[in-house]
Amino acid sequence: MYDGEYSDKVIDHFTNPRNVGEIENASGVGTVGNAKCGDIMRIFLDIDDNGIIRDCKFKTFGCGAAVASSSMATEMVKGRSVQEAMEITNKAVMEALGGLPQVKIHCSLLAEEAIHAALWDYSKKHGIVINGLKEPKHDINDEDHC
Amino acid sequence: METVYLDNAATTPMRKEALEAMLPYFIEQYGNPSSIHGASKGPRTAVREARDTIARTLNADSSEIFFTSGGTESDNWALIAGAEMCSPKGKHIIVSAIEHHAILETADYLEKRGFEVTRVPVDGDGIIRMDILEKSIRPDTVLISVMTANNEIGTIEPIKEIGMLAHEHGILFHTDAVQAYSHIPIDVQDMQIDMLSASGHKFGGPKGIGFLYVRNGIRLPPFMHGGEQENGRRAGTTNVPGIVGMAKAAELAHADLEKNIAHMKELRDHYIERVEKEIPYCRLNGHRTQRLPGNTNFSFRFVEGESLLMSLGAEKVYISTGSACASGSLDPSHVLLAIGVPHEVAHGSIRASISERNTMEEIDYAVDALKKAVERIRSLSPLYDDFIKKQKEA
Repeated sequence: MYDGEYSDKVIDHFTNPRNVGEIENASGVGTVGNAKCGDIMRIFLDIDDNGIIRDCKFKTFGCGAAVASSSMATEMVKGRSVQEAMEITNKAVMEALGGLPQVKIHCSLLAEEAIHAALWDYSKKHGIVINGLKEPKHDINDEDHC
Repeated sequence: METVYLDNAATTPMRKEALEAMLPYFIEQYGNPSSIHGASKGPRTAVREARDTIARTLNADSSEIFFTSGGTESDNWALIAGAEMCSPKGKHIIVSAIEHHAILETADYLEKRGFEVTRVPVDGDGIIRMDILEKSIRPDTVLISVMTANNEIGTIEPIKEIGMLAHEHGILFHTDAVQAYSHIPIDVQDMQIDMLSASGHKFGGPKGIGFLYVRNGIRLPPFMHGGEQENGRRAGTTNVPGIVGMAKAAELAHADLEKNIAHMKELRDHYIERVEKEIPYCRLNGHRTQRLPGNTNFSFRFVEGESLLMSLGAEKVYISTGSACASGSLDPSHVLLAIGVPHEVAHGSIRASISERNTMEEIDYAVDALKKAVERIRSLSPLYDDFIKKQKEA
């Protein structure tokens, strides 16, 4: 099992995940991954009128690394502007977690994509342009990815 | 509770008696049984006695037992050398779809070397489709290999029927008994087995030792070359301590076989009963009764297996998953897919394998921990949220 290969940070964020839950009437919601592959992440953003992320919650179906990556990503976007959140990469999530095993790198990528998907939802709903943001590639009905 | 080890299908701790039996053969009786001086005598006698012991447990003759490095070597040897030996007669072999990779990947290898392979499907309980097996037999079929019991879901295959069918058609029959040997009774005569693979560490013996039973009269060519050991059939210095330890473990396992089976079945059925009663949205994988006494395998919907194992690991409950993340590949277990478990459900499957050393207290502790862990993982799962919302709407 990867238990032994996970960093203490990953174990901590898996055992005591931060920001688990949902936000009612969220400013933006993004869901990525698919059940067939064994990973689904859903991220909820509460964004104020100044474009600052006030709150962020997640729900994830997936392995220990997927849960830890979601938890860390929500910590990292809180209090940031949407543009700053846009620029958080999977590498940054991985570094914050003290690294991930090679076969689990896709989990951090999924976290980045989940944030982007939630930001995309927000930008669509509010007619706001976020530089560099593209329509999310993955959604839970897309079975080709994985 | 210190730790609850329920991964006995992966490996078992050694029996103390087996370790004690081995110890003299490291320093005092270190001789090579192939030598002709005095130092070889004790080790040679020990290996002969071990061979007799193993043969007795299978109703075989001592000359039919060949020691190997373990189950994987035995499987490779039986399949590759068996296929090559028979190739003048035909180049078609049959295996089941749920074999261990030591068989499946060896069959793939043979396919690349010009053999044709038929992989026979199993039913929803994991039992081989005898009708399809029978239809798969061709004039050029030379070898059938079907496992005695499956390593993931514990289903016990109808070995005797398969052996009879193979022999009606003059086909060689091999069975991978790595999970079954020393766990359920096996009689190679009654079950019409030509070749059988077993591994020492699955029943309280040491790792790195196993054997292949080869029926007398079958001139299976060697797989390992370079020495006259094992009657010229398997080269390599004889692993005396390993052989002695494995034989001791097999002897003890067979002395208490009935008692052990009854104990393990009681624990297994208690585990299954509690999980089915107390954890919603689960399914038992494998046959309910034609099943190894120590095997349980459950799928839990809306749960991913690795995260479940990590949660259980934190409670010191050690079990295993046959699912995706374990192997680093994203494909779930070929066994679960073969019995019709949907992809997304197969991801949330765990195998708890019980041994004769486990206690009812341990099983209850494990189920309590499992129940909590499934609840926690589901509380994180967006799939579970969606499911519950849909249910409320309906």
